[in-house]
Amino acid sequence: MARFSAASPAGRVAADFAQSRLAVFGLALLAALLLAALFAPVLSPQNPYDLAQLDILDSRLPPGAHATDGKLTYWLGTDDQGRDMLSAILYGLRISLSVGVSATLCALALGLTLGLVAAFCGGWIESLIMRIADIQLSFPAILIALILLAVLGQGIEKIIIALVAVQWAYYARTVRSTALVERSKEYIEAATCLALPAARIVFRHLAPNCLPPLIVVATVQVAAAITLEATLSFLGLGLPITEPSLGLLISNGFTYLLSGKYWISFFPGVALLLMIVSINLVGDQLRDVLNPRLQR
Amino acid sequence: MLVYVIRRLMQSVAVLAVMSALVFVGVFAIGNPVDILINPNADQEDIARAIKGLGLDRPLWEQYLVFLKQAALGDLGKSFAFNVPAIHLVLERMPATLELATAAMLIAIVLGIPLGLWAGLKPHSIAGRTIMTGSILGFSLPTFWVGLLLIMIFAVYLGWLPPSGRGPTTELLGVPVSFLSWDGIAHLILPATNLALFKLSLIIRLTRAGTREALLQDYVKFARAKGLSNARVVGVHVLKNILIPIVTVIGLEFGSVIAFAIVTETIFAWPGMGKLIIDSINVLDRPVIVAYLLIIVTLFVLLNLAVDIVYSVLDPRVRLADATG
Repeated sequence: MARFSAASPAGRVAADFAQSRLAVFGLALLAALLLAALFAPVLSPQNPYDLAQLDILDSRLPPGAHATDGKLTYWLGTDDQGRDMLSAILYGLRISLSVGVSATLCALALGLTLGLVAAFCGGWIESLIMRIADIQLSFPAILIALILLAVLGQGIEKIIIALVAVQWAYYARTVRSTALVERSKEYIEAATCLALPAARIVFRHLAPNCLPPLIVVATVQVAAAITLEATLSFLGLGLPITEPSLGLLISNGFTYLLSGKYWISFFPGVALLLMIVSINLVGDQLRDVLNPRLQR
Repeated sequence: MLVYVIRRLMQSVAVLAVMSALVFVGVFAIGNPVDILINPNADQEDIARAIKGLGLDRPLWEQYLVFLKQAALGDLGKSFAFNVPAIHLVLERMPATLELATAAMLIAIVLGIPLGLWAGLKPHSIAGRTIMTGSILGFSLPTFWVGLLLIMIFAVYLGWLPPSGRGPTTELLGVPVSFLSWDGIAHLILPATNLALFKLSLIIRLTRAGTREALLQDYVKFARAKGLSNARVVGVHVLKNILIPIVTVIGLEFGSVIAFAIVTETIFAWPGMGKLIIDSINVLDRPVIVAYLLIIVTLFVLLNLAVDIVYSVLDPRVRLADATG
C-alpha cells in the first residue's frame, strides 16, 4: 500500500485492487487462462482440427489413458473422434474468449456512442434511443439472442451480432447516466465556450470521463457474453461445428454422459466455469475500486 | 392514469407489430424448407405439388399478408413437420413449460427466503458466508452445465432420479400435469432444480440485503424494546417489510424463467415450448418458429404491461416521469 500511496491514479487503483486476495487470485487465474488461450497451438499436445493427427481407435478414452501408438497421454481423455480433450479445450477457450471479447468491444463502442449522443443531444433523439433500450432490456437476453439467431441463421459473425444486440443497451444506459452528470461540469462548459465542434467535445472531453463505470460493466458483460455464447452453442444455435467453442464441446459430450463417459462434457465445463468465475472476481473488485462513493 | 395506460398499450402494440414483421421476414431468410421437408428422391411434379401445398410459391409480401390475416384469426399456419396447426402445437406444449417454471420459482422462493434471512441475520457466521459463496456460484455456473452435472450425479451415478422426459401425466381440469403422481414428481425434480438455481441466488441476495437494512430500522429496535420474541420480530416485522421488493422481482423474473426454460427443457428432454422451438429451428419448421416467437413475445409484452401498470398504481412518480419525458 505504502509503495503506491503517492503514485498516479493507476497506482492507487492497483493498490486498492490488491487489497482483496480473492480478486488477485481471480486476476492470476484469468491471466493464466488468457495465456493458455493465446499459446494454445504451442501448449496443446496435438492439433485438434488436424484429422491426420487423430486416431479413431483412441476415441472416448478415459482421462490418463495412453494413445494406441504410445506417443501421447490423454490427461483429460478423448472425445468420440479420438481427439485429445486438453487440446480441444485450449482451442475452445480461444474461440470462446475471442467471441466474448470481440462482441463486448463492439457492443461497448455502439453503446458508448449511442449513450453519449443521447446524453448530449437530448430531446427526441434521447427519448428514442433510451426507449429502445428500455424495451429491449424488458426481454431476457437469451430470448433476444434466440430470436436473432432464428432469423439470421448460424455463424461466428451472426453470434457476435446477436451478442452485441443483447448487450449494447447496458452500456448505453450506463454511459448516458454518467454523461448527464459530467455534461454539467465546468470542463465541458469551458470546452463549449472555446467553440469546439460538438463531436470533439463529445469524444475527446466527455467520453474519457464516462469510461470508469463502463469498464466495470464491460468486465462483467464479457463473462455474460461467454456464458450466453456457450449456452447458444450448446443448443446448436451458436457457432458452427468447424469452430468448436467450449459450449459446443460440452454439447458433443452430452450424448455420452448417460453412458457414464463424463469427461467429454465435464472438463470443457470446468474450463468455462474457471473463466467465468475469474472474470467475475476481477469485475467485482474493480467495481469497488472504481466506485467513487466507496473511495477512502 | 388513463393516458398513461393508453400510451403504454399503444407502445405494446407497436412492439408486437415490429416483432411480428421482423420474425416473419427474418425467418424466411434462413433457408429453403423445400430441401429439408421434401424427400430428395421425389420427382419434379411431386416437388411442385408440395411447394404449392405449402404456399411457398407465392411472393414474400403475399405470404406475409396471408399470414397477418390468419394470425389475426388465431391461425399461424400448419407445422411443416407435423402437419397440424402450429399454434395448437405451441399451446399444447405450454402447460409443461408453465408447470416447470412454476415449480422452479417455488423452489427458489421456498429455499431462497429462509436462506437469505439467515444470511442477513448472521452475515459474519460460517453459515452466512457459505450461503453467500453459494449464491455467487449460482450466478457464475452456466445453467446448462449444472443441468449436465445434475444428470451425471443423480441419474447416472446414483440412479435416484430419471435423467430425462416428463413421465406420466395426470389430467387436472383437462390440463395434463406431472405433480400429482410420484413418478411425475421424480421427473420434475431435476429440471426444476436446475431452472431454479439462478433465481435462488437472486432471491437469497435480495432477502439478505433487505434483512440487513431492515434490522437497522427503528421499528425493529422498538419491537425488540417491547420485548417481542426474536421469532416474532423476524417472522412478522422484518419479513413483511422485505417482502415488497421480493414479490416485485418474483413477478418480473417469472417471464425470464419461461425464457430460460428453453435451455433446461433441451437438456432434460422436457416436452415444453422451449424444446419445441429448438427442434423446430433445427428442421426449419417456419410456422412453428413464428408461432412460438409471437406467443412468447405477446406473453412478455403482456407481463411487462401488467408490471408497469401495477407499478404506476403503487408509485405515482413512475407515470409522472413518463408523461413529461
